[in-house]
Amino acid sequence: MTPLAECLLISSMLFAVGLAGALTRRNAILVLVGIELMLNAANLNFVAFWRFGPHSEALTGMVFVLFSIAVAAAEAAVGLALILAVYRHAGTTDLSRLAGNGDSTYSVFTIGVFPETTLSAGVPPKNDCT
Amino acid sequence: MTASFLILASLTLAGACAAMAFRGLVHCALALVVAFAGLGALYLSLGAQFLGLAQWLVYVGAVAVLIVFAILLTHGADTGLPALSAPPLRITGILVAVAIFAILSWAIFHSSAIRPAGLPVSQPTVRQLGAVLMGSYILPLEVIGLMLTAALIGAVIVAMKEKQGAE
Repeated sequence: MTPLAECLLISSMLFAVGLAGALTRRNAILVLVGIELMLNAANLNFVAFWRFGPHSEALTGMVFVLFSIAVAAAEAAVGLALILAVYRHAGTTDLSRLAGNGDSTYSVFTIGVFPETTLSAGVPPKNDCT
Repeated sequence: MTASFLILASLTLAGACAAMAFRGLVHCALALVVAFAGLGALYLSLGAQFLGLAQWLVYVGAVAVLIVFAILLTHGADTGLPALSAPPLRITGILVAVAIFAILSWAIFHSSAIRPAGLPVSQPTVRQLGAVLMGSYILPLEVIGLMLTAALIGAVIVAMKEKQGAE
């Protein structure tokens, strides 16, 4: 096995672990962590192809990984801010409860309004976003 | 495969698995730090010094702290809920991940694009990287700076506490 194949194999393992976590964890923060792991697996691919591929003096892979790290940092900041906002509205970061197929009546469609109005009134809440 | 590479790779993978498998969210964040640090060391061992240090600075220094703050702010550490989804969803997710890993490794072992390693490259200096960044990649660099600023402002606005009764 060439060194490039070893790097790619490890990167695909990291990607699979991140994907499994993003698909199976219930907490929104850990889903974001799984996505970060997948991004990092892609970065490892870039570094491996830069190191073992042709034209490594052009530094293309390194520059791409730098930009990718910057984008991932921005994504983490915005994603965690969104999770905080959802937590403030719905009182939970549990995705099963947010999606409404758990033991709660919270739904992603009622996050914008007060969930208890949907419980007490029993009618669809008015969407007063204007 | 050198021994250091093997150790670093297994450390990274073990950290990633632990981050996805632990029950307590703070433990997950600490395991994530291990995975990110191991990945930075992998970059160092592959000859990308600047990237390894940038990985440590950005991921271990900033993103991990951000995740710990988010965990503490959402009181995620003390929920009595199960950590994983319901069994059908859980098994489906793990099966999808295993299938994708199988497809990727099949592609790695059967690809004609992966040739034996060429000549060992000289380690690029930070000066070279800076020259490239300030030369042919100047426009993407500016766009990245703009995007980071926009993301920062957007994150602050999204996470800002709404005033009660503000219509």
